[in-house]
Amino acid sequence: MDTARAKPKVKLTIDGREVEIEQGATVLEAARKAGIDIPTLCYHPAVGPSGACRVCIVEVEGARTLVASCVYPVAEGMVVRTNTAAVRAARKTVVELLIAGHPQDCLSCERNGKCELQALARNLGIRKVRYNISDKEHREPDTSSPSIVRNPDKCVLCGRCVTVCRDIQGVGALSFAYRGRRTLVTPSFEHGLGEAKCTSCGQCSAVCPVGAIVEKDDTGVVWDALDDPEKHVVVQVAPAVRAALGEEFGMPAGTPVTGKIAQALHMLGFDAVFDTQFAADLTIMEEGHEFIERLNRRGVLPLVTSCSPGWIRYCEQFHPEFLDHISTCKSPQQMMGAVIKSYYAKIKGIDPSKIFSVSIMPCTAKKYEAKRPEMRTSSAPSQDVDAVLTTRELARMIRAAGIDFANLEDGEFDSPLGISSGAGTIFGVTGGVMEAALRSVYEILTKKTLGDVRFEAVRGFDGVRHATIDIAGTQVRVAVVHGLGNAGRFLAGTEDSPDRYHFVEIMACPGGCICGGGQPISLDPAVRQLRASVLYREDERKPIRKSHENVEVRRLYDTFLGQPGSELAHRLLHTAYGPDAARLAREDRAHSAAFGRQPMSAAGV
Amino acid sequence: MAVMSATIGTAACKCSCGSNAGKLVDDRFPKLDAIIAKYKGKPGALIPVLHEAQQLFGCLSEDVQDRVASGLGISPSEVYGVSTFYSFFTLRPRGKWKIGVCLGTACYVRGAAEVVEALKKELDIPVNGTTKDGRFTLEVVRCLGACGLAPVMMIGDDVHGRVRPEQIPEILKEYR
Ligand code: SF4
Ligand code: SF4
Ligand code: SF4
Ligand code: FES
Repeated sequence: MDTARAKPKVKLTIDGREVEIEQGATVLEAARKAGIDIPTLCYHPAVGPSGACRVCIVEVEGARTLVASCVYPVAEGMVVRTNTAAVRAARKTVVELLIAGHPQDCLSCERNGKCELQALARNLGIRKVRYNISDKEHREPDTSSPSIVRNPDKCVLCGRCVTVCRDIQGVGALSFAYRGRRTLVTPSFEHGLGEAKCTSCGQCSAVCPVGAIVEKDDTGVVWDALDDPEKHVVVQVAPAVRAALGEEFGMPAGTPVTGKIAQALHMLGFDAVFDTQFAADLTIMEEGHEFIERLNRRGVLPLVTSCSPGWIRYCEQFHPEFLDHISTCKSPQQMMGAVIKSYYAKIKGIDPSKIFSVSIMPCTAKKYEAKRPEMRTSSAPSQDVDAVLTTRELARMIRAAGIDFANLEDGEFDSPLGISSGAGTIFGVTGGVMEAALRSVYEILTKKTLGDVRFEAVRGFDGVRHATIDIAGTQVRVAVVHGLGNAGRFLAGTEDSPDRYHFVEIMACPGGCICGGGQPISLDPAVRQLRASVLYREDERKPIRKSHENVEVRRLYDTFLGQPGSELAHRLLHTAYGPDAARLAREDRAHSAAFGRQPMSAAGV
Repeated sequence: MAVMSATIGTAACKCSCGSNAGKLVDDRFPKLDAIIAKYKGKPGALIPVLHEAQQLFGCLSEDVQDRVASGLGISPSEVYGVSTFYSFFTLRPRGKWKIGVCLGTACYVRGAAEVVEALKKELDIPVNGTTKDGRFTLEVVRCLGACGLAPVMMIGDDVHGRVRPEQIPEILKEYR
């Protein structure tokens, strides 16, 4: 640490304990540092304080009123009391008022047991609500988005979603409207989120303290498929899921649960358990090939990654002029979906229309992506991926099935689509796709073997990171961007011009998929680092750490696809963006209908 | 005080303000762009822009708000938040005559609800709606303090007491 630039410290007393902390810190931060827990509701470490809820009030000697500790700055010699009768009574009133206007619906609420309002009521010992707010206007839940559901009746107006969406994601789909008792968090003109400019990233659902924004629950259709003896139900699991699912079952953040997930999915009755990391390796083959082509033929550069559907949606809605830069590769989820209903169906001799393909994702935008009309490339009359469950929904299914997840023995992914390299593993963290691509692009272009496969410069959590790598004499400039707000600033070129780069990775969620909108909800600022380290450790332990060395990916090319970028690879693994995407898909299907055959049959699938 | 409706319709403006109807021919949009340009980049630009836009269009319809949002480079939801926060902004056009029917207890028990129904039928608009010709806006209001005259209806500043539903067409004639 650079101590010379460290901020001056101040000393204060909280509940009789002396605390030293940097100037500019808040009373709440000082208290937490001293191990004193002040209850909060609107404050979220990743979102920042807003002072909206007043749950965190404390007494400061000399201040005329109780102050909100999450926004109140420390000062030298300050004396703070967090647990006086006046503070306790005022806090209780605040929480009772929140509860009085809140639906009494806990038993059937998605957040039952994981709700911050419940926890507050429990911790403050609320047994009776002295107020009655019966004239709160009822609003119907907003189910217009394929990814998330908003239930305004449960909203406690903490503002976290508004701040995340506007300031961190740079989207601004949600705002406060009206005022006083009518105050409401809503998209413009009270449209549904499905009609608003919303990227489906789900970051709002990851920070909502209550059940007012939740992922769209698709567990029902998956249970139905599992119960249907006619269906061959296949599942794929994204890398980031194994870095976080344990948290849902009380395991400490940073516990890898890869083997337990495979085991649990087998126990739930899936006929085949595959690994999206296989498709990540496949993505690197296609995207690496595309990059080399664009580099050699002076195509549109920088090439920008396409794995993150929240980013794609953002680009389509806010920066359509940039769509040419995005790789035509489908995301790993959709590549896997297409491969399952073509290659896998073929080698197993299963009718693709009997396959029900499920994916477990850290991401709410993947739900939306799977429903895009162009994501239907097999001969089956269904989408390539039939249902997408978030990490949180998988946890719900595991609990419903009575599986003791934390104590499960390890299971295995199935062959052939369960085999993956360490490069596929790190796809789940910001910088991982770039690093995986560099490992393969470097070796393919230089025909040399990398001594150390790690590219430290693209790791870490700075909003924008860049590196220059000498590949066969070309100085390849790469950048890694995470969080849509950072992406917007990067594209606007205010600090740095995107044109300077050859290859750019962009992920919608801050931290990458490990902190996706569908991941277990956490208030711990350390989870990002802990989840990332799970993936980096798994990469280290993998015998194969480069995508182009994945034997099953090679077999897929040798026996089915031909070469990366082949005609069949294009048909199955590539896509288009913008308003044209759907049109192209429609034309493709119309063409097939006119000629009495499905799009795939021409390719012999 | 008028009670605003629970939901704001998303349908096109049905008034003469034409902010939805005449997109292509409406010369007020270039004027709006000029207003936006005048304030763009200044701190607190949104409120004066909305204010002038309302003077120009009569109301802040969705089209107008979207134009303001993209012009100022902020999100439509933020504009909506501000336009619903301040009571001097109106999202829907107001008619020349505001009809307010009291639904206080005294009026209610003396048949104010039937008066509202008769007005809805006669004007062919819902509560909080405005007639196509831009003449009337129908609202229900809390007690006007004229309970002795119940049921009470205001048209503009005129108080009409002991109103019976069948009198409605006759009363409205004066304002047509
Ligand atoms: S949001 Fe929390 S308090 Fe409200 S119903 Fe759901 S679990 Fe209960
Ligand atoms: S899903 Fe993302 S873009 Fe949509 S409202 Fe939530 S935070 Fe905003
Ligand atoms: S929806 Fe959730 S995050 Fe947003 S303001 Fe309401 S309670 Fe807070
Ligand atoms: S947590 Fe401090 S005001 Fe809400």
